[in-house]
Amino acid sequence: MGRYVLRRLLQMVPVFLGTTFLIYALVWAVPGDPFEGKCGERDCPASYVAAMREKFNLDDPLIVQYGKYLLGLVQGDFGLTSSGVEVSTRIAAAFPVTVRLALVALLVEAVIGITAGVVSGLRNRGFLDSLVLVSTLFLISIPVFVTGYVVQLVFGLQLGWISPTVTTPTFGNLIVPGFVLASLSMAYVARLSRASISENRRADYVRTALAKGQPNHRVVGVHLLRNSLIPVVTFLGTDLGAFLGGAIVTEGIFNVPGVGGLVFRSILTKDGAMVTGVVTVLVLVYLLMTLLVDLLYAVLDPRIRYD
Amino acid sequence: MSRARLVPAAVAVALAAAACGSADTPAASNTEAGITIFNTEPENPLVPGNTTEVGGSRVLDPLFTGLVEYRAEDAQPQNAMAESIDTTDSKVFTVKIKQGWLFHDGTPVTAKSFVDAWNWTAYGPNATQGASFFSQIDGFDAVHPKDPDGADGPQAPPAPTAETLSGLKVVDDHTFTITLSEAFAVFPVTIGYEVFSPLPESFFKDRMAFEKHPIGNGPFKYVSREVGANIKLTRNDDYQGTDKPKFKDLTLKVYQSRESAYADLVSNNLDFLEELPPNALAGRQYETDLGERVVQRETLNNQTIAFPLYLKPYDNVDLRRAISMAINREEITRVIFEGTRKPADGWVHPLMKGYQPGQCGEYCTFNPEKAKAALAKSGYTGEIVLLSNTDSGHTEWAEAVVNSIKNTLGIEARFAPSTSFGEFRQKVNAHEMTGMYRAGWIADYPSIENWLTPLYRTGSSSNDGGYSNPALDAKLAEADKAPSEEEAIELYLEAERMLAEDLPVLPLWTQNTIAGRSDRLKVANLDPFRTLDLYTVEVA
Repeated sequence: MGRYVLRRLLQMVPVFLGTTFLIYALVWAVPGDPFEGKCGERDCPASYVAAMREKFNLDDPLIVQYGKYLLGLVQGDFGLTSSGVEVSTRIAAAFPVTVRLALVALLVEAVIGITAGVVSGLRNRGFLDSLVLVSTLFLISIPVFVTGYVVQLVFGLQLGWISPTVTTPTFGNLIVPGFVLASLSMAYVARLSRASISENRRADYVRTALAKGQPNHRVVGVHLLRNSLIPVVTFLGTDLGAFLGGAIVTEGIFNVPGVGGLVFRSILTKDGAMVTGVVTVLVLVYLLMTLLVDLLYAVLDPRIRYD
Repeated sequence: MSRARLVPAAVAVALAAAACGSADTPAASNTEAGITIFNTEPENPLVPGNTTEVGGSRVLDPLFTGLVEYRAEDAQPQNAMAESIDTTDSKVFTVKIKQGWLFHDGTPVTAKSFVDAWNWTAYGPNATQGASFFSQIDGFDAVHPKDPDGADGPQAPPAPTAETLSGLKVVDDHTFTITLSEAFAVFPVTIGYEVFSPLPESFFKDRMAFEKHPIGNGPFKYVSREVGANIKLTRNDDYQGTDKPKFKDLTLKVYQSRESAYADLVSNNLDFLEELPPNALAGRQYETDLGERVVQRETLNNQTIAFPLYLKPYDNVDLRRAISMAINREEITRVIFEGTRKPADGWVHPLMKGYQPGQCGEYCTFNPEKAKAALAKSGYTGEIVLLSNTDSGHTEWAEAVVNSIKNTLGIEARFAPSTSFGEFRQKVNAHEMTGMYRAGWIADYPSIENWLTPLYRTGSSSNDGGYSNPALDAKLAEADKAPSEEEAIELYLEAERMLAEDLPVLPLWTQNTIAGRSDRLKVANLDPFRTLDLYTVEVA
């Protein structure tokens, strides 16, 4: 187990180097001058552009630029944004918000999705099963921005039950955006667990457990669920990674000052240091999440061992 | 707070009455309230000389008071910190500043505060965004030498030979002189821009500390900043100026998108949004959403079509006339913009002092007969291409213009969109346009000169099409040197009339900005620079 984790952690190093290099190269390869539009409607003075090019090492060859950036990075220095704020400050401000939003979404998607999946999987072809199938189909076919705007319009503006945007990003205030963000994945999780449950329901070990006279809740809760959750956990793990970086639409609609919007605006304003910094953190988070998911397999299914 | 404005109490009350439609007395308003307005994340450090973009300006504007400020009703400059600005030859200006003004840290504002700040901003190695605003002051080339091969070239600019502008001299604590390299009659109008703000001594001691906590001399003081979320300011009760705000706290909230800000505005969670998003403007949705909370006024910007005069066939003046007379400005503003734009009849904005209607004459009037005749004279039969970026919604009118040209002239005309503003501007600057293109102008300072010189003088900073007319250059230079403003305006108008002959750029329309306020604000007005006029705001 320990050696497996170590090997996985070591594998992260080349992945990390490769992804950061690609991102770095891509960010500065985007067409258009990074200082265009920085000074309002007029062009920036030449001295300003020259100083900024100097500051971001833009006159060096790409590989040297990247080397300098990486050198700072391993020392924990993410560099400065063009507005003179440290990239690490911006990340430190935006990340907790996004983590909170992602956790709320994950909780919504796991609890509702798995419950719906288990219920419908156990009652094959019943009314509840059809209800879950139809409602998940409905959710899957609506894009998130439609759900978001409709929720905002109906509950925020017309009924006035919620504030249309998030005033302060606390867990409570993030429930509505969390629901919207999770809606699509929730449907997938429900369908995934339904398929898994209804398949495993006929497995030998379930029949054995029932024959032994174990109570139904124990058969379902311990034997059936544990074995059926492996594909669901894989999905949830990668989904959490996606929530952390890809909540641009939801964050935009509900004005959540998180990572997605930060990356999006930084790309638009060609703030290379900012984009690379945030995405680097996201890559690390994603790598750690997949490692965690792999380790969870062993917990869920004792047959899986990492030695 | 350079673009902030001095509004005499009587005017404020008049505006209040006009805006509300009833005679609300100021006594009924809550002077201790706080308001929240829309902002975007500042893109640059919070230093007046280094901020020319709107997210930072909205913060610095209320924090600083310059020598002159622009009046909210008509954008005319008025003395703010200046007691007087005198000149006899439009070349040497003697500035007397008011006594007893303090920075927020308690240190006095002196002539030196201005001179030091200007010197710092102009100094090349400080690499400020606002440096070019000082280029008319004598000695600018010595402190800010030109890069011999442009910013992208391999050569570094030569080291400056001086640290301070030779044209700035402190006479005593409250007097200084400005000497320009050449006479420029409208110079006093230009210095209302916030890059001309004074800076306290603490800035020069510890710039990093200042950027974290800006100290100004304006009607608001800095309180705190949550990066990416909001910036909080509060009223400066020791403020010496006459434009005292009628509310206490100002929160500038950073929004991820204008759309989300609009949702907050509709539900009264946001007090002011100075430009509504396209989804609110579409089909006049804002009228149902906001009702009487809509705030609208004509602002200092226009939209034009510029010609790449370096490219055939656009160097043909008859073709340019044909195109101009083939565009039905009246109909497009009515149908596409639903009346939020006004057809332009000249290059100078109608709000400007000295504006004269009809300067473009028949060439800016829709006239299919004459347009066809001009086209025949030009001998051109090929295709006309109109280029624009589309990331801020220019598709609709561009299509309409192209169709208007096509239907009137009977030649092929096509709209070629490009996705990003940055990329579009880069091509404009590099003279790589493959057709006529969308252009526009937002006034830097409210002077008739600003609508002509930067755009049409040979080699000017924003003369992107490469227009050059020696007679116009001479007229503009003559106007710059005019001894009085009235005479200068006459000469600028003559220069504008010369543009009608050449049509290097087609005026299309001027803009109304549509903003919205919350129920809580009894009075909220836009100023001509598209921002909230903080000094007339009254909270119920």
